[in-house]
Amino acid sequence: MEVKTKDLWVFIEVSEDGNAKNVGLELLNPGKYLAEKQGGKLVAIIVGYKLEKVVKEAIFYGAERVITIDSEEYGRYTTDAYTHAVYELVAKYSPSTMLIGATNQGRDMAPRLACRLKTGLTADCTALGYDEESGNIAWTRPAFGGNLMATIFCPNHRPQLGTVRPGVFKKIEKNEGNIAEVIKEDIRYDVRQLKVRIIEVLKEINDNNIELESAEVIVAGGRGIGGTEGFAPLKELADALGGVVGASRAAVDSGWIGHVHQVGQTGKTVGPKLYIACGISGAIQHTAGITGSDIIVAINKDPDAPIFRIADYGIIGDLKEIVPLLTKMIKENKV
Amino acid sequence: MNILVCIKQVPNTMEIKIDPIKNTLIRAGVPSIVNPFDAYALEVAARIKDSKPDTIITVLSMGPEQAKQALKECMAVGADKAFLVSDRAFGGADTLATSYTLAATIRKLEQEEGPFDVIFCGKQAIDGDTAQVGPEIAEHLGIPQITYAIEATMAEDEVIVKRETNEGFEVVAVKIPCLITVTKPQFEPRFPTIKSKLKANRTEIPVIACSDISVDVNLIGLKGSPTKVKKTFTPPQKKGGIIIAEATNLESTEKLYKLLNDANII
Ligand SMILES: Cc1cc2nc3c(=O)[nH]c(=O)nc-3n(C[C@H](O)[C@H](O)[C@H](O)COP(=O)(O)OP(=O)(O)OC[C@H]3O[C@@H](n4cnc5c(N)ncnc54)[C@H](O)[C@@H]3O)c2cc1C
Ligand SMILES: Nc1ncnc2c1ncn2[C@@H]1O[C@H](COP(=O)(O)O)[C@@H](O)[C@H]1O
Repeated sequence: MEVKTKDLWVFIEVSEDGNAKNVGLELLNPGKYLAEKQGGKLVAIIVGYKLEKVVKEAIFYGAERVITIDSEEYGRYTTDAYTHAVYELVAKYSPSTMLIGATNQGRDMAPRLACRLKTGLTADCTALGYDEESGNIAWTRPAFGGNLMATIFCPNHRPQLGTVRPGVFKKIEKNEGNIAEVIKEDIRYDVRQLKVRIIEVLKEINDNNIELESAEVIVAGGRGIGGTEGFAPLKELADALGGVVGASRAAVDSGWIGHVHQVGQTGKTVGPKLYIACGISGAIQHTAGITGSDIIVAINKDPDAPIFRIADYGIIGDLKEIVPLLTKMIKENKV
Repeated sequence: MNILVCIKQVPNTMEIKIDPIKNTLIRAGVPSIVNPFDAYALEVAARIKDSKPDTIITVLSMGPEQAKQALKECMAVGADKAFLVSDRAFGGADTLATSYTLAATIRKLEQEEGPFDVIFCGKQAIDGDTAQVGPEIAEHLGIPQITYAIEATMAEDEVIVKRETNEGFEVVAVKIPCLITVTKPQFEPRFPTIKSKLKANRTEIPVIACSDISVDVNLIGLKGSPTKVKKTFTPPQKKGGIIIAEATNLESTEKLYKLLNDANII
C-alpha cells in the first residue's frame, strides 16, 4: 500500500462495560515515542458504540488525534464487522504503523486485517524499537515458549502491524487537560452479512474486577493448594498486597477457580511487579505466561520443582503454613 | 461432512534446552511432534466424526519431507486422508506466505475432494507461537473464523462452538463453510491402537509441489514474506534465585518477609 502518512496508530479496544482496555492506553506510551521517531502523529483508533468515555481516556493518555467509528453494529466485537471497519480506515488514511493489544480480540482481528492488507504482522510483542537506519519498527517477541526471542522487521510493506502484550508498557501519566482532534468516520457494516451468531455468553466474575494482565501483584495457586478453599488464604495475601489471584491450569481444570484467573500459554500473559506462585510446579506452559514479571516468588514443598529455576526467591515448605504467616507479617507491619 | 485439519510438525519445545555457554537454542536431539494444539483440533474433528460417521477427515501439512511422520500419526488417530505440501520454493515463509500457500492447496484439494465444510487449525504452533496462520487462511478463503474453540458440534448447516474469551466463555453458531482454531480443551486426544498405527505407517502420503497449485511465486516462501527475522537471541537467563529452607516454616517465612521488605518489594 502506498504510504501517505507517517502516522502511528494505536487500536484502542473497548471492553464490554464501555471502558478502554488498559492495553490500548498503555500502547499510547511507546506509540508516542515511535510516532515522533517516524515523524508522524500518534492516532488512537476506536471502534464501538457510545464511545465518548473511551475517546476522552485516549486523549488524556496521550493520543494526538482520535478517529472513531461509533455505531450500533459495533456494540459487540465481531471479526467481520471490525476487520471491515479498520480495513476501511487504513485504506483511507494509510498509516505507517499500527499497534494492537495482544488480547483474544486483538489476536483474532489483527491477522485477518493484515491478510486483507497483504502486509506483515508480528504477534505478541514484548518490546518495540525504532531502527534509525531503515526507518522500520523493530518488533521483538518471544517464540519457542519463551526460550527464544526474535526481532522482526517489515521492510517493504505498509502499514507495519504488530500485536503487543498487555502489561509490557506503563501508561503515560493521565492529563485531563489534554485536547486533541476527533474525527468521526461513518463506516457501516450490514449485520445481516454476519455468519456468526452468539448463543450464550458465560461471563466469569473476577473479584475486584482487576485485569490480571495489568495487575501489579498476583498471588497464584496451583494443584498444591488442594482445593477451592485453598484459594481463600491466597486471596487474603493478595488483598494485603493490593493484588489479585491467579491460577495454574491444573487448578482451573480441577474446577477450583474460573478460567479467567488462568495464567500461561492457554491463559493470560502477565507482567506484575510481584508474582507469588503457591503450589505450582512451574511447567513451561505456565511459566511462558509469567516471564514478564519483575520478581517471582515460589512457595513449594518440592525442592526439585522447576519453578525454583526461574524464581527470584524460592521458599521450600508447606504453603498452608507459609501463606497465612506471610499475610500476617505483611498486615502487622503495614500499620 | 468434509473436514480438513491443518497440522504442523514442530520440535517439542518442552525439551528444548539453552546452551549455557553459547547461549543458543539446542535443537539437536529434540524430538518432532504434532503441534499439540493441532492434535486437539484433530480430536475435536474426530468427535464430530463419532457423531456423524459418514464424515471424512483430511489432514494437511506444509513442511519438509519428514512432516509425513506427523501426518501418519494423525492417520492413526482419526484422519482418513493426508496430504503434504512441500517444495523448496516454500522455504522461509512467514505467516502470510504460509497461509497463502495453504489456502491455495486447500482450493486444489477441494477440486478433487469436494468442498470442506469445516477447516480446523490449532490455536497456535508452539515453535512460532504466532496464532496467525488460521485466521489468515480464513481470510484468503473468504470464510468466517472462530478462534480459541474448546468444543465444536454440528447442527444442520452450522457449527456450535464453545470458545474462550478474555472474560470467560461464549457459545456461538457459525455457518459452514468456516475455519475454527482450537485451544486446549477439557479432553485429551485419543490414543492410536497398534492396528491403526501399522495401517497409518503403510499409507503413502501424496506430496503436492509448488507447480501443482495455483500461486504467484512472488508471494510464497521467503520472497513472499513481508516480515523478516532480523535477529534471534535467548532471553537473559535469570541468575539463580535465593532459596530459603530454614528449619521451620515460620523461620523461612520470616526470612522471606525480611528479604522482600529489604528489597522494597513489599
Ligand atoms: C497445550 C497445553 C497448554 C497448557 N496451558 C497451560 C497454561 O496456560 N497454564 C498452566 O498453568 N498450565 C498449562 N498447561 C498445563 C501444564 O503443563 C501443567 O500441567 C500445569 O501448569 C501444572 O499445574 P500445577 O503446577 O498447579 O500442578 P502440579 O504440576 O501438579 O504441581 C503442584 C505443585 O504443588 C506442590 N505442592 C503440593 N502441595 C504443596 C504444599 N502443601 N505446599 C507447597 N507446595 C505444595 C507440589 O510440590 C507441586 O510442585 C498446559 C498444558 C498443555 C499440554
Ligand atoms: N506449515 C503448516 N502446515 C500446516 N498447518 C500449519 C502450518 N503452519 C501453521 N499451521 C496451522 O496454523 C495454526 C497456527 O499456526 P501459527 O500461526 O504458526 O502459530 C497451527 O496450529 C496449524 O493448525
